[in-house]
Amino acid sequence: MTAFLESYATVAGEDVIRHLRQLSAPLKGMRVVHINSTREGGGVAEILTKLVPFKQELGIEARWEVIEGDEVFFDCTKRFHNALQGVPLDIAPPLLRSYEDVNAANAERLRPVLKDADIVFIHDPQPAALIRHFAKRKAKWVWRCHIDLSHPHRSTWNYLRSHVLNYDASIFSLADFAQVLPHPVYLIAPSIDPLSEKNRDLHSREIETECAQFRIDRTRPVMLQVSRFDRFKDPLGVIHAYRLCKEFVPSLQLVLAGGGASDDPEGAAVLAEVRSAAEGDADIHVLQLPPDAHRTINALQRAADIMVQKSTREGFGLTVTEAMWKGKPVIGGDTGGIRLQVFNHHTGFLVNSPEGAALRTRYLLRNRDRLEEMGRKAREFVRENFLITRHLREYLTLMVGLARGGEDRLEVG
Amino acid sequence: MAHGRKHVERFPIRDCALIQIATGVRAQNVRELRDRLLLVHPGSIDYHFWGGLLRPRFDDPEFSNDFAAWARHGLHDHKLAERLAMIDPVEFSDIEALRQELIDVLEERIDEGEYLTWSKPDQQFQFIRSQMVVFDTGRELAQPSDLAAATPAMTIGSIYFHFVDARRRPPRRLDDFRAWLAGFGSEFEDLSTALAEVDPYFTTLSRLRVELGRLFGSYFAGRK
Repeated sequence: MTAFLESYATVAGEDVIRHLRQLSAPLKGMRVVHINSTREGGGVAEILTKLVPFKQELGIEARWEVIEGDEVFFDCTKRFHNALQGVPLDIAPPLLRSYEDVNAANAERLRPVLKDADIVFIHDPQPAALIRHFAKRKAKWVWRCHIDLSHPHRSTWNYLRSHVLNYDASIFSLADFAQVLPHPVYLIAPSIDPLSEKNRDLHSREIETECAQFRIDRTRPVMLQVSRFDRFKDPLGVIHAYRLCKEFVPSLQLVLAGGGASDDPEGAAVLAEVRSAAEGDADIHVLQLPPDAHRTINALQRAADIMVQKSTREGFGLTVTEAMWKGKPVIGGDTGGIRLQVFNHHTGFLVNSPEGAALRTRYLLRNRDRLEEMGRKAREFVRENFLITRHLREYLTLMVGLARGGEDRLEVG
Repeated sequence: MAHGRKHVERFPIRDCALIQIATGVRAQNVRELRDRLLLVHPGSIDYHFWGGLLRPRFDDPEFSNDFAAWARHGLHDHKLAERLAMIDPVEFSDIEALRQELIDVLEERIDEGEYLTWSKPDQQFQFIRSQMVVFDTGRELAQPSDLAAATPAMTIGSIYFHFVDARRRPPRRLDDFRAWLAGFGSEFEDLSTALAEVDPYFTTLSRLRVELGRLFGSYFAGRK
């Protein structure tokens, strides 16, 4: 076994790696291309950074290509992104023309790679129109949608749908996020990489150092929410919950850690409201972290006693998965993918109000043995279900299915 | 092989992996669930009874099928949930008979004439089906005592394939371990009886692997 696979066998189990090797045997030598819009930054790049080498380790000729576009193109696709998530935003025809032109230029640039591929995975809307330029394709083309398409702005979706219809299959993260399409719609939930900077084990000294820079007192209980400053993450509700709790646990500290909001006017407004609500309380730490502060977030999650993700609307909620991987139960909003991860009294608590979050926080701080037991269960739950090895297994299963036909049950080997 | 034992084929260890496929079919109340069930792809009914163990899910489920879980958590109809939970898919000759039983239970509930409860829009029942890939591991067991060492090393896909999925495969509808042991005549009857007591539901496949490993381990340790 190579060092790469061995490192994952240590975390996920040797049987899991053996399973992946046997499942991938019929795919050896297959030419697979993943295409997205960026090599760095964002969840898709983070996943491909690991998925592609993993496939290569298993004998698949996997490649990762990135489309190139100008400012107008990315302005258009940013609008796509917002409209597809429900913002009522019509996209002007010149922007759509730019989108199509950029895809046409990239199709020519990537033609040598794509014409020989067996399976092509196109990630998100940015490169979705490439397929139009491969009329006589031999490969199976799969559109991988990482965003929540449950309530799209219809005119934008109808435009994108006209491209997606040409694919052989699609992949969505959850059934709730999917649209009906005239081809198989596979479901693959997101995952975390246990060996990444954000999730790897940290030495206690590293945790101490990270906490010290924000003057977080490790001798007192810490309540933490990691998320963008966004209304749907309800940071003001978390402050309310903290205040309700503080009456019973005066030593409690609250940390709200989130990414930068410089290019997001709505985010900047929410951050200002959060700072205003926190004013005058030295035990509330509002941290605006850079996008690459993975180790800091890792340390904060490991240092915290209580993990909160009090969203009122949520996609899958990978911050919940990350917290659970660190052996922490999560007090999460009763919404979206949080419901797939948080089970009352087992891996955390689902709540519907600041009062609910305060109640469960008090309960867990008062019952440390329960907190630890639930934390252990939470980590095992993630180990079995939401590590990158499970994500890869589902990709491989899909690839065998695409290569061998669409029956419900395929016998190979 | 013990003296006088019948010649029985080796036990090939197989493995499997599953991927979920959305059907786009949804239901928000009992009447809709009944109507959708009349037409839904048979693979979807199959998945909602059998597929649960191989997909990401919590390890302490209250219900053994997705219809019952949704009646309880989506509709908050406890009576319906209890009735649906008691449907044992093994008892039905094929998926169409199972479909009819589900429809009967739902219609009985509709006929009871209580008000129709609706789930929240974001908690609708989503009909899902699956595609399963079954593959060889290249390993075989020569004799039953090999099960003691082999089971703890099996993947959870193998445990699912041999101990859970086998129960839905006609004509035997029996887990593969008991089916293999039956080939040895009465020699392992007591082990088969013990295996029949292991309920594959309400647990995870990893726990099931531990439980089976212990059962085989202690059984064959006792025979030495």
